[in-house]
Amino acid sequence: MCLAIPGKIIAITEQLDETFRKGKVSFGGILKEVSLYMVPEAKVGDYVLVHVGVAINIVDEEEAKLTFSYLKSMGEVEELDTPDSIKNNS
Amino acid sequence: MKFLSEYRDPELVKEYIQELHRITTKNWTLMEICGGQTHSLVKNGILDMLPEKITMVHGPGCPVCVTSVSVIDEAVWLAEQPNHILCSFGDMLRVPGSNKSLLEAKAAGADVRILYSPLEAVELAKQNPTKEVIFFAVGFETTAPANALSVVHAAQQSILNYSILASHVLVPPAMEAILSDEANVIDAFLAAGHVCTIMGLEEYYPVAAKYKIPIVVTGFEPVDLLQGILMAVNQLEKEEYKVENQYSRAVLREGNKMAKDTIQKVFSISDRVWRGIGSIPQSGFEVNERYKLYNARLKFHIDIPFAEENKECISGDIMKGLKKPKQCPNFGSKCKPEHPLGAPMVSSEGACAAYYHYSSDTIAQQ
Ligand code: SF4
Repeated sequence: MCLAIPGKIIAITEQLDETFRKGKVSFGGILKEVSLYMVPEAKVGDYVLVHVGVAINIVDEEEAKLTFSYLKSMGEVEELDTPDSIKNNS
Repeated sequence: MKFLSEYRDPELVKEYIQELHRITTKNWTLMEICGGQTHSLVKNGILDMLPEKITMVHGPGCPVCVTSVSVIDEAVWLAEQPNHILCSFGDMLRVPGSNKSLLEAKAAGADVRILYSPLEAVELAKQNPTKEVIFFAVGFETTAPANALSVVHAAQQSILNYSILASHVLVPPAMEAILSDEANVIDAFLAAGHVCTIMGLEEYYPVAAKYKIPIVVTGFEPVDLLQGILMAVNQLEKEEYKVENQYSRAVLREGNKMAKDTIQKVFSISDRVWRGIGSIPQSGFEVNERYKLYNARLKFHIDIPFAEENKECISGDIMKGLKKPKQCPNFGSKCKPEHPLGAPMVSSEGACAAYYHYSSDTIAQQ
């Protein structure tokens, strides 16, 4: 649970004010709603490192893809499929 | 062991290993802090490739492993109160408390939910206005911004049936506790990459200077780990003790300012009991005065007696680098992932579970 997993921002889903932003992030096809609060400069198409639902850093695309495939091979992306996670319909 | 060709950059792996063999002249003990790094070192067979003179010991960087028995008891108590929903990261459910784990509480009817993110818990509170939703907020500095943000979100939306049970732990005070132990054996640290993505490097300079110890901020992939080990051994052989950043692709010297601000907004620094190690002063985060309505400990007047740890588990010695998992008499016999005696056998990032699952002689035994 301690690692951050890279994913691609595919849409901004909610913007309450300048800082309160949420986006839809794709982790190799698994979609999650992610807070973009900590990365105010991130935009659609950017790759971000995400830890427990919060993006903490913008990363390079190539790097993001390699890291993601490594984490997948290590079984570290399973946490994205958490059984009880409440479904988000936004 | 894995074939060299399976690595992301086999040539680089080979080069680093050759270079390590070339420069190592003395015996060195290095500790990696982060459980993700432990998992990667063991699973990728890196420990078997290192020169014999280099010993890796596995630090306390797994929140599942260091959350104290008393805090598990608090979480179980909160879960068992009527009308409560206790939410947690999945890894925490099987950690034994003094009577039971959260999983056992759930089996007995408590409403315990596994969530991916604390922000989902805020949503859950919104959807269940007649229930109290509590998030079990464990983790290192990496997880603190998300947990803090959940409180900020709840406050902004005036959601009053949400609170967190904070059991946050901090890396630099734990390093200092390990280094000031008279039995200390550590010559250099690999600091945890993602912790530093948030916090940056600043707080490590005084530790490196005070204890004259190299600290290399390191990622978690095989090439990262080997490069981090090489950088640390290089310093040791030259009698240097600097803070270096191997993981510059994800770590800036100043860290993430927004994340640090959010932590500061919601948390204050407090003493914290670490499972296996004991109390370390100023080594954790607790919800501050300003957000006290969101502190589950105060909100529900939790009053749980302090619980002793299971004396059969030597996890403290393991996390201080004094012993290896296989030196525990219970390893693989009384203590297995299916029925863990101690927390490091629960999470795959715990040293005992990593050795149990991946180490070659355990596999041979099975
Ligand atoms: S093997 Fe089990 S009892 Fe021994 S140190 Fe590890 S977790 Fe504790």
